Amino acid sequence: MIWVEVSRDPLPLVDVAAWAIDPACGGLNIFCGTVRDHSDGRPGVVCLEYEAYTEQVEPRLAALAEAACSRWPGLGRVALLHRVGTLAVGEMSVVVAVSAPHRREAFEASSWCIDTLKATVPIWKREVWEGGSDWGLCTHDLTEVADLAEGP
Amino acid sequence: MVQVRLFGTAREAAGASVCDLQGETVEEVLRAARVRFGDALGAVLEHSTVWVNGEPASAEHALVPSDELAVLPPVSGG
Repeated sequence: MIWVEVSRDPLPLVDVAAWAIDPACGGLNIFCGTVRDHSDGRPGVVCLEYEAYTEQVEPRLAALAEAACSRWPGLGRVALLHRVGTLAVGEMSVVVAVSAPHRREAFEASSWCIDTLKATVPIWKREVWEGGSDWGLCTHDLTEVADLAEGP
Repeated sequence: MVQVRLFGTAREAAGASVCDLQGETVEEVLRAARVRFGDALGAVLEHSTVWVNGEPASAEHALVPSDELAVLPPVSGG
């Protein structure tokens, strides 16, 4: 089962954690991305402004979740949620939750999901710091999940 | 006319997030975008991916008036 969502509201971490527990699974790994107070050469970051091609985000997240389930056939539940809009330092921008029969698959699949999300989902971050504001420096050419090499 | 959506640095370079442009193919619409918005957008286009109706599209891809063409600079979600 998958749960994908893009939202301007705070992400429902507790609900995601409860939903992702699966009776056939002994491991649930949750990764949360949070807004950091600095970036390369940009001390004093105060907020991030996330912009998205909103109507294409959930289809891309769903393709990503389905690809994870193909790579790790034993996965129980996969949740991928991303927040957009203006987020202050400490706020949560992304949640990845993966349950699997054993911990190794849960760790590996959630790590693959967040890495792959960064290259396949049409979202952009703008950093606002004490000295100015500009687009995030760590970017990836937009890639299709289907074009990635097969296998974990 | 094709509806063109611009995001991130493309939106900033064009000063618009959406516009209508003429063209029979992706290449023609992007040429029209360069003419309308100038070199700043042209530079962004060099590094951007183009989708039509949510799917990757080549320069030769033929367009119909109801199509939505999106200019997607390198992404930075997460």
